Amino acid sequence: MSELLRIDHISYTYHNLEGETPALMDVSFHVNDGEFLGIVGPSGCGKSTLLSLIAGLLNPSSGSIYINGKDLKSSGKNIGYMLQKDHLLDWRSTLKNVTLGMEIQHKLSGNSYVQINELLNTYGLITFKQSYPSELSGGMRQRAALIRTLLLEPDILLLDEPFSALDYQTRLEVADDIWGIIRKEKKTAILITHDISEAISMSDRVIVLSHRPGTVKRVFDISLSVADRTPFLARSAPEFKDYFNLIWKELNHNEQEK
Amino acid sequence: MSRKNRKVSSESLNISAAQKAYVRKHILRTRRIRIYQFIILIGFIAFWEISTLIGIVDSFIFSSPSRVVKTIAEMTVNGQLFYHIGITLLETLISFALVNLVGLLVAVILWWNDSIAKVLEPYLIVLNSLPKSALAPVFIVWLGANMKTIIVAAISVALFGSIITLHSDFKAVEEDKIKLIYTLGGNKKDVLLKVVLPANIPSLISLMKVNIGLSLVGVIIGEFLAAKAGLGYLIIYGSQVFRLDWVIMSIVILSIVATGLYKVLSYFEKRYSK
Repeated sequence: MSELLRIDHISYTYHNLEGETPALMDVSFHVNDGEFLGIVGPSGCGKSTLLSLIAGLLNPSSGSIYINGKDLKSSGKNIGYMLQKDHLLDWRSTLKNVTLGMEIQHKLSGNSYVQINELLNTYGLITFKQSYPSELSGGMRQRAALIRTLLLEPDILLLDEPFSALDYQTRLEVADDIWGIIRKEKKTAILITHDISEAISMSDRVIVLSHRPGTVKRVFDISLSVADRTPFLARSAPEFKDYFNLIWKELNHNEQEK
Repeated sequence: MSRKNRKVSSESLNISAAQKAYVRKHILRTRRIRIYQFIILIGFIAFWEISTLIGIVDSFIFSSPSRVVKTIAEMTVNGQLFYHIGITLLETLISFALVNLVGLLVAVILWWNDSIAKVLEPYLIVLNSLPKSALAPVFIVWLGANMKTIIVAAISVALFGSIITLHSDFKAVEEDKIKLIYTLGGNKKDVLLKVVLPANIPSLISLMKVNIGLSLVGVIIGEFLAAKAGLGYLIIYGSQVFRLDWVIMSIVILSIVATGLYKVLSYFEKRYSK
């Protein structure tokens, strides 16, 4: 696997009139092509800031981000970002919602609808094409949001606690769903979560961030002995609880430190 | 929405006796309310007419329903009525259109550039709190006693409130919805066109319902001071020459016009929210 993304000694500080708040301090890691990377950390450790930086919505106070060895801005690579909530627009049908990104980037043409219909069909939304978000279930809404992101053909997918708004049962189902879709489309993904189990069950590698200002505390390679791994099956792997305990300790260690 | 409809229709296939009784009770109640409303109207008109007939009040000063009807008939025949209604309606609709257009435009500019919004904020607040009738005489001096003055006066009544309301509604759009547009590679124009404006169509329509009433108020104030035609002119002229029939008739027609305009907007609101 070749290296796709490199985060190189990044720091980020928020400023307001009360003073400055360092959110990230000297963060470095890399992501390989096709890899699923999980990032866990205590709340307020700058996880979302990190994704905003990778997505290019914020500029780092210091440090650089490279994609395929080129600077983020000049790489011309597409970064897909899934926010915590699906944020489907109430006044648009499912079809109009999934094509929102293409519409904005002027990529929507008559030919696109073949691909759009194919994705809607594969992920069980084709019969809800003309429905409005209020008529969709939580899982369907999340899938629609993912299709909206996937249609822009991102090279890297950023997932910012994409399941946190769902109830537990839906959450497990949607995690399987979304993970399956990402694997099937052979996408590279970075998942941010405060749920340790979720991180282990979905990721190839898990990075633990420290308390604010966030910095990389430890990296765990996750290898689970289950055949046909899915996030749900991964939870029953014998190594699962060991990883859980390791990461849990690492996080609590952080807490004591502060 | 279609799901809800299906649910209702499947239920209506097998109505229980209790449900029937409930629906019947509801219908009866609605009918009773209509009857009482009608009684109040008829009672008021009858009381007024009878009081003038038996001389409790002087119909020269208070007019009377029959005199109002007669005046309406006369003025319909000689065409004056529609002329005055037409003038008032025209002025109201022009003011209404301009208020919404300019209000929306300025609100977009203020949303787009927060520095401009901050700079203009105190001026908007002062202009909004100022009783606009105080400005009308100034407009007459500047613009002359004509339709221009009336329209400017009407616009001044509704404009500043509209700007303030729309601007604060625009700013209330969920921050993450805006972030979404940026994550999809959009710019500020996309945020405006794909999220801020469509999200605020309901508040724009409810603002329009307020503005149509305010425009009418502004037009009538303007016509009081600077008109040669229109319902406001008829009211003020009628009171000066003691033709109270004209005054009362104009007020009656004004209330019908105001209700009509409001109903038209309510219709659009319902159609949009469906």
